[in-house]
Amino acid sequence: MAKPKIGFYWCASCGGCEEAVVDLAEDILAVTAAVDIVFWPVAMDYKKADVTSLPDQALTATFINGAIRTSEQEEMARLLRAKSRYLIAFGACAQLGGIPALANEFSREAILSWVYQDAPTVVNPERVRPAVRTDDDGRTLTLPEFRNVVRTLNQVVEVDYYLPGCPPTPKLIKAAVGALLEGKLPPRGTVLAPDVALCEECPRKKTKPQDLHFTAFKRPHLVPLDPELCLLAQGLVCMGPATRGGCGALCPGANMPCTGCFGPTSRVRDQGAKMLSSLTSAMEAKEVPEVEKVLAGIPDPVGTFYRYGLAGSLLRVNTTAAAAASKEAL
Amino acid sequence: MKVKDDQPLRIGFYVCHCGHNIAGVVDCAAVAQYAATLEGVVLSRDYKYMCSSPGQELIREDIRDHNLNRVVVASCSPLLHEHTFRTAVAAGGLNPFLFQMVNIREHDAWVHTDKAAATDKAKALAAAAIRRVARHRPLETTRAPIHPDVLVVGGGISGIHAALTLANAGKKVYLVERDPSIGGHMAQFDKTFPTLDCAACILTPKMSAVRAHKNIVLWTYSEVAKVEGYVGNYTVTVRRKARYVQEELCVGCQECVEACVFKEPKFPDRFNVGLSRRKPIYMPFPQAVPQAVVIDPERCIELKTGKCKKTCLEACADRHAIDFQQKEELVQIHVGSMIVATGYELFDPRRLPHYGYGRYPDVLTTLECERLISSSGPTGGELRLHSGQAPTAVGFVLCAGSRDYKTNRWCSRTCCMHSMKLAQIIRERTGAEVTLFYIDIRAPGKGGEEFYDRALAQGVKFVRGRVAEVSDCPLSPAEQGKLIVRVEDTLAGMVRRIPLDMVVLAVGMEPQANAQEVRRIMNMSCSAEGWFLEKHPKMAPVSTFTDGVFIAGCCQGPKDIPDSIAQAGAAAAEALALIDAGGIDQEPNTAYISEEDCSGCKSCVDLCPYKAIAFDPVKEKASINAALCKGCGVCVAACPSGSIGQNLFEDQEVFEEIEGVLAHA
Repeated sequence: MAKPKIGFYWCASCGGCEEAVVDLAEDILAVTAAVDIVFWPVAMDYKKADVTSLPDQALTATFINGAIRTSEQEEMARLLRAKSRYLIAFGACAQLGGIPALANEFSREAILSWVYQDAPTVVNPERVRPAVRTDDDGRTLTLPEFRNVVRTLNQVVEVDYYLPGCPPTPKLIKAAVGALLEGKLPPRGTVLAPDVALCEECPRKKTKPQDLHFTAFKRPHLVPLDPELCLLAQGLVCMGPATRGGCGALCPGANMPCTGCFGPTSRVRDQGAKMLSSLTSAMEAKEVPEVEKVLAGIPDPVGTFYRYGLAGSLLRVNTTAAAAASKEAL
Repeated sequence: MKVKDDQPLRIGFYVCHCGHNIAGVVDCAAVAQYAATLEGVVLSRDYKYMCSSPGQELIREDIRDHNLNRVVVASCSPLLHEHTFRTAVAAGGLNPFLFQMVNIREHDAWVHTDKAAATDKAKALAAAAIRRVARHRPLETTRAPIHPDVLVVGGGISGIHAALTLANAGKKVYLVERDPSIGGHMAQFDKTFPTLDCAACILTPKMSAVRAHKNIVLWTYSEVAKVEGYVGNYTVTVRRKARYVQEELCVGCQECVEACVFKEPKFPDRFNVGLSRRKPIYMPFPQAVPQAVVIDPERCIELKTGKCKKTCLEACADRHAIDFQQKEELVQIHVGSMIVATGYELFDPRRLPHYGYGRYPDVLTTLECERLISSSGPTGGELRLHSGQAPTAVGFVLCAGSRDYKTNRWCSRTCCMHSMKLAQIIRERTGAEVTLFYIDIRAPGKGGEEFYDRALAQGVKFVRGRVAEVSDCPLSPAEQGKLIVRVEDTLAGMVRRIPLDMVVLAVGMEPQANAQEVRRIMNMSCSAEGWFLEKHPKMAPVSTFTDGVFIAGCCQGPKDIPDSIAQAGAAAAEALALIDAGGIDQEPNTAYISEEDCSGCKSCVDLCPYKAIAFDPVKEKASINAALCKGCGVCVAACPSGSIGQNLFEDQEVFEEIEGVLAHA
């Protein structure tokens, strides 16, 4: 019997997710023994044609990491969707939008003018901007279109499973691949991680007081941190209570607050709003001036509460409308 | 669309005209027609009065005849008729929570004039409810038992009356009073308006009855320190302050008072509003209940220094009632309901320096005047000036601190009558000239206007105008040595200066200084002024937003003795109704935590205003006691992992509602 065919692809991402696959270390040998990797452009020289030539659903599973920003990413996502039985959003960017989706705070125009013109390190007297099509001396060069907004993978194509994390941990990857090979998959749409918030597995859990009321918020680089005490109790915005567990509380274990990369539990639609709602419910200050003073301790609320979740959040529900607008712009 | 149990959705939609209340602004037929087009709606009607018997019958019959499995009624506020319609739905054989109400009266017809837009809004609200109701699940009300004992807080006339009513009905009552004796303000009054019957004659029998009643546990000199629990099952911690006298041993002979090393009474007597003096050991007032002396630890030499001859102990040698070792005690009791009757404070006229109170000894408050004319008062009932002479001209300044944006905006309701009562007594007993300075005379109620007439007939003069100033600066020989009231007489149309011997300020009522603290302990709400808030000003005047906690008397707002007693009786009846129902149905709109979802982050635990959330330190999970939960939703909003849900306010229900309202827009 032929081995199941597997693909890996990356979209708007940093490459960390690809490293995560390699982080399986010697366990990757077992994976490669069990499957045929037929598409993995980051690791080896594959071309788009290697996929287009396959019949539909020829791949058992494709792991896509990264968010969708360009027309090329969208095209590859659609192609791989068609060719795969299971499409797995791999990592925070594919699942939630991730760090690239923080760009949704700014318009496409603001991004391009900053990156190609206004940033102090840029020298571009001709004000050249990347263009979808450039005719130069009889040759035609094309570039993918830079869309108006960053989207999650499931805002573009249907996704079967999600592997959360920035990046997903080797343990979760192994479990997911194992389940895939054994055919023991949960219902479609499931996030392949525990559905309980991180606090449950956090070594600092016991030190969180029951009557915690926030009087000030601090940022990790500004205060010496107690290595054992609950980080929220130390006035840090730790996203742990609003974030799915499964990582083993790696960041709190390294004396850093959770930043929320595993996204919310299945019961929460908007991780950032939920955490804000929770923190502000327990704020000591009740009058506007004091409230503002306390909130001044969080100078970048979007970057704090929506570090990974902006694209999929309620703050950007009209992404489809924005995407349609960008298609018209083509 | 299918409902959860896989039955196809069959929604009945009703829009109520509410006479012209709704139909005058909203095109009800158009709303019904629109609703008929929405998914799941199999029947849509408009009707003149949905809350009427035929309206309710309509719902019942339609459920049977059309096999409805969801009902939506667009009418008034759920506060008014949600229960009515749920009952009708249940009578039709459907779970009463498979129902949703849309408020198109208060939220729509009453606040809009544009008919087309108002009709559109009614459609949007209807669409929202229709989408929401599809997500409703059958819910069950639960029944919690009720502890039959009642706590009454405050031993004024309201608290006394409530306690006696309950005790006479066979209920055990704990009556907790802050002062060393019950009686409250009424005990300080000489006579009561409008009948001029003696206050003591009607109050003291009730005070003695409280003391003697086998069903009443009377704890004076005590305060409620903590309340835990919920309707039917409250645990109350009462702080019993040290009296330094064993109440059950003291017979009230007061030989100890005689024997006290202080030969003369030196300290202001609170009962006489500082107009007389008492010793460190004292009887609060002659008719005090309990008849037991009390020692003021701030004044007693033994308690302050431990170096007194303790002559009082010798005087009480046969009874050993005096106990300098007595300590404050915290006692826990269990009750099912509570009546709060903590009364009021009087406005402090020092806040009105232009009236000279505190500066001129013959400027008094109505209560001070009351004590002066009382036969149990410091002068034995003789009205005297500071100089010891009898006054020949007395003035009453009404609305001192009341109906004034600078102090208290409200009318205290009793000051006009109170002043007219004092004026009549002064006229009768001394023959002095009495002038009332008023803005409006408010003498409502039974016998009020007649009482006003009686004052007029007795020759009490009435000058309409808010007094500008009380001074002692004479401008003429006639004003020499007098207090001069300067007032614009708005009927005569001139500014007048009226020389008087005594000026009485009719000070109004204010919430007790510790009302906010009591509010927090008892978990009640306060109005902006600080009066305890009733659940509904008309329909639930003695209930509060906390089930099982009732209010009576002036803690709810200024009122006279008959009204206070009426309220106390009403509060007692409400408590009795609760107790005799044997149990209480609880709204199922409670929050719940699914144990496997909870991460044990504790974010919710301390936020619950009803102390319904407990954290299990072994399982490391939080859980909600549904009997304590009032469905406020604070924990639901605060749970960062979305592991707290709330019946009738599930995320899915709320999202459907939002999308429904937006879909129409």
